[in-house]
Amino acid sequence: MIGAFNSGLRRVPAWPLYILAPVPVAWLFWLAVQGQLGIDPTKSIEHQLGLWALWGLIAGLAVTPLRKHLGLNLLKFRRAIGVITFFYVLAHLLVWLVLDVQFQNVWADIVKRWYITIGMLGFAFMVPLALTSNNWSIRRVGPVAWRRLHKATYVVALLGALHFLLLVKGFQWEPILYTGVIVSLLALRVDWRALGARTQARA
Amino acid sequence: MANRWTNTLSWNDVTPEAAFLNRRQLIAGAAALGAAGSIAGSVSAQDSGDALEPNTWEEITGYNNYYEFGTGKEDPARNAGQLTTQPWSIKIDGMVDNPGDYALEDLIAGLTVEERIYRFRCVEAWSMVIPWNGIELKDILDVAGVQSDAKYVAFETLVRPSEMPGVASRVLDWPYREGLRLDEATHPLTIMATGIYGRDIPNQNGAPIRLVVPWKYGFKSIKSIVRITLTDEEPQTSWNMANAREYGFFSNVNPNVDHPRWSQATERRIGGGLFAARQDTLMFNGYEDEVAAMYDGMDLAEFI
Repeated sequence: MIGAFNSGLRRVPAWPLYILAPVPVAWLFWLAVQGQLGIDPTKSIEHQLGLWALWGLIAGLAVTPLRKHLGLNLLKFRRAIGVITFFYVLAHLLVWLVLDVQFQNVWADIVKRWYITIGMLGFAFMVPLALTSNNWSIRRVGPVAWRRLHKATYVVALLGALHFLLLVKGFQWEPILYTGVIVSLLALRVDWRALGARTQARA
Repeated sequence: MANRWTNTLSWNDVTPEAAFLNRRQLIAGAAALGAAGSIAGSVSAQDSGDALEPNTWEEITGYNNYYEFGTGKEDPARNAGQLTTQPWSIKIDGMVDNPGDYALEDLIAGLTVEERIYRFRCVEAWSMVIPWNGIELKDILDVAGVQSDAKYVAFETLVRPSEMPGVASRVLDWPYREGLRLDEATHPLTIMATGIYGRDIPNQNGAPIRLVVPWKYGFKSIKSIVRITLTDEEPQTSWNMANAREYGFFSNVNPNVDHPRWSQATERRIGGGLFAARQDTLMFNGYEDEVAAMYDGMDLAEFI
């Protein structure tokens, strides 16, 4: 079954994802302008884009475990997932900057408010990843160094989860669930047996 | 002691209530009829005015923080409908001459309900203008007879898991608790609201009776009150218990003292749409003349 799925996917190109990605963002703005996005459309858009960015990070992190544990190969879509996730993060950041805080006290916000500091840090980590998400960069940087660079995705995902955890008021489950999923996807990458053996060898 | 304060915010008296209840529909309707002239004219004059036009009924009752019904802004409107608010009683205890469980209608019988159009400023840096109907808290406290050694008033919100889906999650340590210093509680601006726009206050806004303290961040204005306690010690308050560094006992609106999460210098007026500019936040939410004297000699950056 997985084999048939994989061979079917092989015929699906990744490029349409780039064209489809902006559609939901345009749709959000359309709804907001139409008054269909609730009483505070600015916050609704900001929050929705943030959630989509987290979904993107989770989708990108899921590719390797899905292949390793289920044999499902989505590798050819991973670059598109990453670039689109960056696009949503950028849109999230711009909505915050332009529509929400409107360029007021931005620097103070970044320095003083932990959730914003961490969100910004995550964004900063994403910039080189987005810029090098092309074949030319892989050749230029070299595949080994490129792969090492792109492990920064793990940090970005953790920062994204932390950003969500810190910004909610009181004790809330939603950001904890997102954090749980991200931490689990990262934990699936750890070779626990090798880690155990190493610890034992040291002892 | 009612009528100790007169509204500084007002609307054009000749504009029908319907204009505020559904401004958008009215404008659309008027335009469609091609009879925009007088009606649309008066509405847009308010829009372009001093930005003190009250928010619409839909905005006030559809965008709430009431975590007992969920943490989303639209959750209370969705989930609060099932709340039983009749019968309702309030336990008044502590340092009062007449402690007891008061049926709400008995407690407020004979007291004056006034219309108070107040700015409402949330600590999350958004704001509205709300036409409350309410009774000065002092009048209610006088019914119970506050003893001379009382210094603070503590309030509690109802906790009823069968009707409040949000309390299943320990977002906060229920019941929701708030408190005021006695001088704040008896200040003419402090009211117990029972209505909005002349209608009964909806459940999501804190039915059947809630506190409104317009110069403090909105979370101080505790909803659906079931207990009032007079005490000589500063009472515990829910957000302060959850995060003392971020939420102080006083929580006066102050553009000069930032909250760790939000700059408080400016605010977003709800209802302005996607591209509305932020507005400057006013000291004590615009009630500085009325309330500043209560905090003379206090360092407002320390007593947050």
